[in-house]
Amino acid sequence: MSSDTLAAVQPAVELEGITKRFPGVVANHDIRITVEPGTVHAIVGENGAGKSTLMKILYGMQKPDEGTIRVNGREVTFRTPSDAIDVGIGMVHQHFMLADNFTVLENIVLGAEPTKAGVLDTGRARARIAELASSHGLRVDPDALVENLGVGDRQRVEILKVLYRGARILILDEPTAVLVPQEVEELFENLRELKAEGLTVIFISHKLDEVLNIADAITVIRRGTTVASVNPAEVTARRLAELMVGSELPTPETRESTVRESVTLSVSRLTMEADGFRPVPKGTSVGLYVDKLREEGKRLILDDVSFDIHAGQILGIAGVEGNGQSELIEAIMGMRPAHGTITLGGVDVSAWSTLKRREAGIGYIPEDRHRQGLLLEASLWENRVLGHQTRSPARRGIWVDRRASKADTERIVKEYDVRTPSVDTLALALSGGNQQKLIVGREMSGEPSFLIAAHPTRGVDVGAQAAIWDHLRNARAAGLAVLLISADLDELIGLSDTIRVILRGRLVAELDPSDVTPERLGGYMTGAIAGTEET
Amino acid sequence: MSRVGKYHLALLGVAALILLLSLVRIISGQDDLTSSGTFNAALLLAVPIGLAGLGGLWAERAGVVNIGLEGMMVLGTWFAGWAGYQWGAVAALLAGLLGGALGGLIHAIATVTFGVDHIISGVAINLLGPGITRFLSEVLYGEGTSASAKGAGITTSPAISSGAPEVSLPVLSSGPDLLGKLENTHWFLLSDLAGILRGLTHDVNALIILAVLLLPVTYLVLWRTSFGLRLRSAGENPWAAESLGVNVYRIKYLAVVVSGAFAGLGGVFLVFVSNKYVEGQTQGRGFIGLAAMIFGNWRPGGLAAGSSLFGYASGLQLRSSGDANAVTTFFLFGSLLLVIYIALQIRKLVAPSQPAEVVTRGVKDYTVIAAAAVGALVLFWLWRTVETLPGEFVFITPHVLTLLVLLVASQRLRMPKADGVRFRRGDQH
Amino acid sequence: MPAGLNRALLTVAGAIVAIVLAIAISSVAIIAAGASPIDAFAAFFDFGETARSVSNGIAAFLNRAVPLFIAGLAVAVGFRMNLFNIGVEGQYRIAAICAAYVGSTFTAPKPIQILVIIVVAAVVGGAYALIPAVMKVTRGVNEVISTIMLNYIAISLASYLVRGPFAGQRAAGQLTTTTPQLPESAMFPNLNFVFDWFGLLPPTRGGGVWGFLLVAVVLGLVVWVVLERTRFGFNVKASGLNGPAAFASGVNPKKMVIAAMVLSGAIAGLIGLPEILGDKGAFNSNFTAGLGFLGIAVALLGRNKPVGIAIAALLFAFLDRAQGALQIADVPSSVITIIQGVIVLLVVIANEVTNRIAMRLEEQRAARQLDTNRPVEVAA
Repeated sequence: MSSDTLAAVQPAVELEGITKRFPGVVANHDIRITVEPGTVHAIVGENGAGKSTLMKILYGMQKPDEGTIRVNGREVTFRTPSDAIDVGIGMVHQHFMLADNFTVLENIVLGAEPTKAGVLDTGRARARIAELASSHGLRVDPDALVENLGVGDRQRVEILKVLYRGARILILDEPTAVLVPQEVEELFENLRELKAEGLTVIFISHKLDEVLNIADAITVIRRGTTVASVNPAEVTARRLAELMVGSELPTPETRESTVRESVTLSVSRLTMEADGFRPVPKGTSVGLYVDKLREEGKRLILDDVSFDIHAGQILGIAGVEGNGQSELIEAIMGMRPAHGTITLGGVDVSAWSTLKRREAGIGYIPEDRHRQGLLLEASLWENRVLGHQTRSPARRGIWVDRRASKADTERIVKEYDVRTPSVDTLALALSGGNQQKLIVGREMSGEPSFLIAAHPTRGVDVGAQAAIWDHLRNARAAGLAVLLISADLDELIGLSDTIRVILRGRLVAELDPSDVTPERLGGYMTGAIAGTEET
Repeated sequence: MSRVGKYHLALLGVAALILLLSLVRIISGQDDLTSSGTFNAALLLAVPIGLAGLGGLWAERAGVVNIGLEGMMVLGTWFAGWAGYQWGAVAALLAGLLGGALGGLIHAIATVTFGVDHIISGVAINLLGPGITRFLSEVLYGEGTSASAKGAGITTSPAISSGAPEVSLPVLSSGPDLLGKLENTHWFLLSDLAGILRGLTHDVNALIILAVLLLPVTYLVLWRTSFGLRLRSAGENPWAAESLGVNVYRIKYLAVVVSGAFAGLGGVFLVFVSNKYVEGQTQGRGFIGLAAMIFGNWRPGGLAAGSSLFGYASGLQLRSSGDANAVTTFFLFGSLLLVIYIALQIRKLVAPSQPAEVVTRGVKDYTVIAAAAVGALVLFWLWRTVETLPGEFVFITPHVLTLLVLLVASQRLRMPKADGVRFRRGDQH
Repeated sequence: MPAGLNRALLTVAGAIVAIVLAIAISSVAIIAAGASPIDAFAAFFDFGETARSVSNGIAAFLNRAVPLFIAGLAVAVGFRMNLFNIGVEGQYRIAAICAAYVGSTFTAPKPIQILVIIVVAAVVGGAYALIPAVMKVTRGVNEVISTIMLNYIAISLASYLVRGPFAGQRAAGQLTTTTPQLPESAMFPNLNFVFDWFGLLPPTRGGGVWGFLLVAVVLGLVVWVVLERTRFGFNVKASGLNGPAAFASGVNPKKMVIAAMVLSGAIAGLIGLPEILGDKGAFNSNFTAGLGFLGIAVALLGRNKPVGIAIAALLFAFLDRAQGALQIADVPSSVITIIQGVIVLLVVIANEVTNRIAMRLEEQRAARQLDTNRPVEVAA
């Protein structure tokens, strides 16, 4: 708004002594940050360090208990996001805040609609969006439904939303978490362009190389408080990591191969229609049926997916989110019908229920632990029973064996270092890392022969991350077959014995993790590098 | 383009339906199927259902499930009766609106402010509505009160002092009444059209016009204004709306209160029809309205179609409570529909242009066709043999229709994504 | 375990606040109606002058509580897994008339006759609840709307059956239609002897204290055990707390919907039996209606737990019993409905608030014990 004249000497944002108390999680304590205008200012810290809380405070979604916020030199208090929007702050959220059933245009103008006599003036909105899009190099189709957009497009819509409101200060909360390296580079181009136009960008991340690449200034947050402000030119990733977690960051390196002869899980010709499962007609083979589907132009979410996982092998699946990973998991777990064959230890389990597959030795670390992994409002021991209702120690005839379940939960708590007051504590009281360790412990306790690990370390602190990686490595050495799905390419490359790339439901490439870079992997994931069609 | 296509399709559908109705009338000889009396009754019965459905639409588009519509409608009837007998039609209208809105306000407080499950709150309001009105009746209409001297009782109010004005279309439906004359000739199609038109234009209550106008008004407000965009965003993704500075709480409050007011208006309408408040007058129309809205895929046009269908079913029942039972022609109607469906399926089967389809066609399609054929025969047989249906069966026609429609259509429906979801400010998505 | 105790105490406190508020609100209503709230509340405790009328009052109170309790249980089984069986009303009516009719067609030794009637009622109720369950599982039809529609259908069907196919002899001068009278061997023995133990006169009205009370108590225990201790109960709880997680854990959601709905319907089928087997001996057009809807209120009030439901049923029955006494005290008796409605609304709100507080406390307690809230002291 007034940044060009007077405010040029003033910091764009100044946070002083921000404190926010929350039960259970590290919130903020005496945060001090000064952001100069026209810069990209990175705020780094590990998961759970309190970055997101801080940004919510800066965007008016939460009120600080203490401290002051100054924008362009003027002290402000935000009661709602609209107060923040009014002083020119905009936020691009980590989880996209978009209404799927609305068009791009509707999503962008929402809350700041141009109207003519109360009626939505779409003509004016469209012109304004087109202008913004072309001047910032953010291509979008204003009339597309958001549900049909990919991740990169959605992010551009988010940024346009913010620019549309005339924001001069942009907050980006973990914007690269769901992007492949190429898209990250594209995003950074956009950010540099915005910076060149005098906008201020606050960039929140825990990926240090990205931060060093884009930022003009860096503030490190650890356990809720600012511990250092550094100049990216004078600091190494290693030093940043030390500031962030007090030690070096753990690396997901696996050492020698433990791959054995025997195939644990074999998936062959797995195919899934987008518009609902229809059984293959009698007298037709699956292959013929699928060919016909393709001929008819039906969209396939999974298209002829085949792979084997040996005992002691970790197979990594790389792919941009929404290319069929979730459906692949659901098909293997028996939660969604699909064509093709799945054998576990040589036994065809394709027609089995989820329960039977679990009993036969499939473990599952779900991608979203709150949605699929936990009963948040139930105790830890009840969460231990979940998924093991029909097996010892939880089962005693038709009853749940409460005593044995509790005892075994005590064991998991000890072996997997789950920090909790007791096994009767409700799951929601635990931090993300401890919840995840509980899930890993639970899934390992069924002595599975095959484990699906979907984003096993997403949103957990580095301590838990290192522990979970250790558990996966140990289980692999003991002969466990693992299907690893992750958006964290370092994790994928570090842990996997083999990497397959999934693109639009097809496995398009098979890569050796020892000689692939994240950039090249990203190329395959977006289809920029054509996959080697495999047999 | 696709939008225009959709409307053309809808118009074609209506035309085909009228043709079919006309055919069924000729075959069965049931003139009531398309008589102006039936359609007049259908309109009277469709309006309260449609108003309740509109109420549901407003609330659910803003993300609040409202099964408390029935209770709000009850409040509307009582207050309309109470104000109507003292101060006339306009007062009845306002009081009914306010009564319903009060119910909506309670629902909003419980669901929006306190985050109570929407179904549970709705159930509580459905208990509370009749309780409050009964209590008020006992206090104000009991023996020895001034109202009881005017004819009130514990279950009824005195007659309202003035009803809503009624209008007819000049020349066509009144005076020379050309449509009426045409209708009485009982010609194929022409008389049917005349009957339908006359039914919809003869002696129409002013409130009906208001109610029918509310449909396009709702469409314009919800889909063409910035307010509507915000309201719908609260039903699709309230967190996104909140993050853009939209006051989601206020929008939801407003939507639910309007929702209650519409349900209350439906109640007012019922009071106008029977000229007084009678306990239990709503007869579950709030629920049927909700069903009509779901049938209409949370859109005003579909809602209008749904409430017309239910209104027609009950209108026919009302007209035919005498000797011959027009409702039994529904069997014939259903049978014909099934025959058409079978014909379409068979055409698709024998069509030579799509060889690929043949592979994907399983035993299932044949069983479906066979089942449809059997169904058509059974319905036809029922129509031939059943003379009159017991009143109880006639009464449940709309409810059975609702179930059938939901069975067929449920999977194609798309409700607002965050409908029924508890929203708290500042919560993580 | 102090955490659980805390939660329980909070719940009770919330319920008490809600009830006190409800009493305050209804007092306002009573004053507005020109009556005295003191008189009104005295009427609730006024069981009559004579020893006999006190006994009758107690019997009426208990007899009202029994079907309410069963109705609450039926609703709660569905609610526990977020399955809104609004159709209890229809299920119990259709079950009651079928059981009454079947029971009247034969005579057998008492235990067998009664058992057959109970089984018929449960089967019919369960079968009727199967309809919305199957609709939900196969076609994705929302159970709230379908059960509401099925209520209307059931009520119409029952009134058709009672005047048509299942009609019995109508006594001369009687206006009500009724099913044939049950044989003596179908009548459940009453519990009037209990009054002797306390030196009270046995009640005389309405068949005394219905023996079905014992069945209800056993049913409550069974439901508690099933929900709280068995693997099936665990699956119900898991499905209710987090459907997708239960699904991923191997629980078949379709089977669960069908099982829970049928169980709920089967229990609902028993709601009408206390009245039929304890007093009326037939289903007639004056049969008590609305128990299914009240059951929803009772279940909500009792937080879907058998003990809570028992307390809620007793509370509602206690209020309902005062119908006559209120009229004598010149207070509009529909104030009962208002009190009940307001209590339900306030209790669900209180539940929500106390639940939130309890969760917050749990988080705080965990944080305190683990000491994660302490910021680091870093000298960077």
